[in-house]
Amino acid sequence: MSPLSRRELLLGGVAAGAGLVIGFYLPHKGASEKEFSPNAYLRITPDNRVTVVVARSEMGQGVRTALPMILAEELEADWKQIEIEQAGASTFFGDQTTGGSASIRTTWDPMRKAGAIAREMLISAAALTWGVPRSTCTAENGHIKHAASNRSLSYGELAAKASTLPIPSDVPLKQSKDYKIVGQRLARVDSPAKVQGEAVFGIDFKIPGMKYALLSRCPVIGGKVSSFDDKDSKKVSGVNYVGKIGDSAVAVVADSVWGAMEGRRVLNVTWDEGANKDFNSTPVKNAPKMARDLLDLSKAAVLYSAGATPNTFKVNQTYELPFMAHAPMEPGNCTAHYQGSKCEMWIPTQVPQDCRDSVATAIGLEPDQVKVNVTLMGGGFGRRLEHDYAVEAALVSKAINAPVKVLWTREDDMRFSTYRPASTHMLGATLDGSGLPTALRHMIVAPSISGQKGQPTPGGVDPDLPDEAGPVYGIPNYSIQYLMTQTPVPLGWMRSVYALQAAFALESFIDELAVAAGKDPLKYRLQLLAKDQDLTYFSTTWHTARMRGVLQLAAEKSGWDKTLPAGRFRGVACFGCFASYMAEVVEISMENDHPRVHRVVAAVDCGQVVNPAILEQQIQGGIIYGLGNAFRAKITVEKGRVVQGNFDDYQPLRMEETPTVEVYAVPSQETPTGIGEPSVPPIAPALCNAIYAATKKRIRALPILN
Amino acid sequence: MLCCLENNNWTPMADITLRINGSEKKVSVSPETPLLWVLRDTLEMTGTKFGCGAGLCGACTVHVDGNAIRSCSTPVSQVAGKNITTIEGLGANGLHVLQQAWIAEEVPQCGYCQTGQIMQAAALLAKTPNPTDEQITQAMNGNLCRCGTYERIRKAIHRAAGNGGVR
Repeated sequence: MSPLSRRELLLGGVAAGAGLVIGFYLPHKGASEKEFSPNAYLRITPDNRVTVVVARSEMGQGVRTALPMILAEELEADWKQIEIEQAGASTFFGDQTTGGSASIRTTWDPMRKAGAIAREMLISAAALTWGVPRSTCTAENGHIKHAASNRSLSYGELAAKASTLPIPSDVPLKQSKDYKIVGQRLARVDSPAKVQGEAVFGIDFKIPGMKYALLSRCPVIGGKVSSFDDKDSKKVSGVNYVGKIGDSAVAVVADSVWGAMEGRRVLNVTWDEGANKDFNSTPVKNAPKMARDLLDLSKAAVLYSAGATPNTFKVNQTYELPFMAHAPMEPGNCTAHYQGSKCEMWIPTQVPQDCRDSVATAIGLEPDQVKVNVTLMGGGFGRRLEHDYAVEAALVSKAINAPVKVLWTREDDMRFSTYRPASTHMLGATLDGSGLPTALRHMIVAPSISGQKGQPTPGGVDPDLPDEAGPVYGIPNYSIQYLMTQTPVPLGWMRSVYALQAAFALESFIDELAVAAGKDPLKYRLQLLAKDQDLTYFSTTWHTARMRGVLQLAAEKSGWDKTLPAGRFRGVACFGCFASYMAEVVEISMENDHPRVHRVVAAVDCGQVVNPAILEQQIQGGIIYGLGNAFRAKITVEKGRVVQGNFDDYQPLRMEETPTVEVYAVPSQETPTGIGEPSVPPIAPALCNAIYAATKKRIRALPILN
Repeated sequence: MLCCLENNNWTPMADITLRINGSEKKVSVSPETPLLWVLRDTLEMTGTKFGCGAGLCGACTVHVDGNAIRSCSTPVSQVAGKNITTIEGLGANGLHVLQQAWIAEEVPQCGYCQTGQIMQAAALLAKTPNPTDEQITQAMNGNLCRCGTYERIRKAIHRAAGNGGVR
């Protein structure tokens, strides 16, 4: 082991994983000299408290449980002893964005290493204390033990000594066969507080003297405030400020939420509706033929190419998906306290660092003058990758020079969100004599989320597509292409992002080909995957064998080969995204032309499972979320205004429509891959394929109940 | 003091006495204020959540005289003098059997809707100690969960019922 000084670590940081930089020492205010904190993720104090810092945001996906489990495994900690601390925006953890099903993927190495470094130092501390060779000491359940002399010291007892030792840079990591914590169904640490109403979400956070603000925003996309009359608003009890915030909103500030709501209700704003006042969100397919012909497919970027694909095909189909809204249960909110040379924020966010930087720019401070605290989130689904709430709250706090909570209503959330891009997919295939494709092209026509936000789109490729549109099948001549379009509708990253669209199109099309070939759709897919192949797509390599594995597991567990009772029908789909493999079998019946989903069997290969209980939650949740999307999710824009406003005209799935969802994971010791999103994309095509089996009607545009 | 504009008439603030979780609370608010905001802002009991403001999601569910109601759409004046129970008062002697069942079945993901779900389920069990699947669906269908925990909620209600229902 080559020791590195703390100073070197503090100055240099340590590179680990794909572009991830972790600072390996976080100085703690008021920390005693006896505290042992070999890196930013861990503190052990002489009173035997072991605190693990979680540098990703908890939105229900279980990071506050799963990430500490990884560290605790290598630390050989007593799990019951672990306390959790949520990191705010920091410079010590690299990119803290919580998204892209990446929390486990990107912290697997640093969390393991953080735990292993501490373990090795505690062993050294014990060996020095006892004057025995360190090879005779072992770490176990929060203690270092010396078996020969039957001595044992707790980590707390060793903290002071360990804190004086050099920090090793190269430490051994455990083998998966020796795992005691990783792979266990440990209970989530956040459940007791959540069932008692004690969990503090962003909306619950309160500081003394805090005001409440609601903003009136221009109903037309991109419109601005022309003028406003606050006479009636100021008559409402408790309203103490009405003022313009930025170009396109007016804030009503009051002593209570209800005061701010009433004040906003009677506020009279005249809007400059701007360029989009006549804009309607018409699907490309329904657009006049001329508009469709304007799409210059020759300008499409090639995302993936195997062999040679022709430009025209004998078999062609087009699939379409609408704009969708995330609609997390907790509406947007942020608490800000501007104090001249600094500003402190409390925000339910997936991007604490972006919030810090955007707020600093908006109110004229340096990023290090903005402190961002991350609260629990009542769902995220990508909506909280935006910084809008944070910037609004900071601007209002600065305007009134007092702490304030900006709150969005459900209608605000629905109408002023950023939406999953609507997309059109043109698929074409050339078939051999047995009906299998010898060539296939998937043309994705969609606006770019990053492009719209002014972020780089090298080569005309949205930077999300490498994680979300990869090849599944080893078809000899195979091309995936992407044509970037423009839209005034604000775009955002919604759970599984482009994978939802790509899977719906591809897996519906494959089903159509199977039906046309007169083959069982599951066996048809297995035939396409029969040859072991490694399909490299950007930086990920997809293995047909692993995709075959999840399909076979789903087939076995669903009883695919068994005859269904009369009136029951099945559909299947598989897809890979965020480096994980997923197959789903859906069982339905038709009741008065309405599909009823009875059972979903989901099989996943996501490498090493950290916590099977949380994995099941995520897969089940993603499938229910995806079913809601498939049945009814659609955002439409008329005259520049988002039409839908609440859960009456944008209806998620309710209990009456919820099937049982069985989850099976392929046993694996591979490096863990994403799990928050991969279960979402296959569910819509699997469902539509089941509907075809039942009705012989093919659904090529979502939502199903349009 | 004036507070709300109804039909262009401002209604005055009122002193209202509420019975919440067995104790009396005096508040001075507009009588039209939804109970939700009196609980959350005035009384700082934030276990009851805001989800839709229109009685469409159930995140704000509390009990009034034993019935599950949507506090976001219930003016505080309507519940003066009645017995109100919130999530904070549900497990008066430790965790309520439903809260225990919710933990055992690993129901919560984000957890935001779960206090409303538990209050809805508690009202169901109080009247129907051993509900059928159909009765559970009927009672719980108005409560939305975007994390998709419905089947676990169903299991947790059955588990709680099996443990003797409400206590």
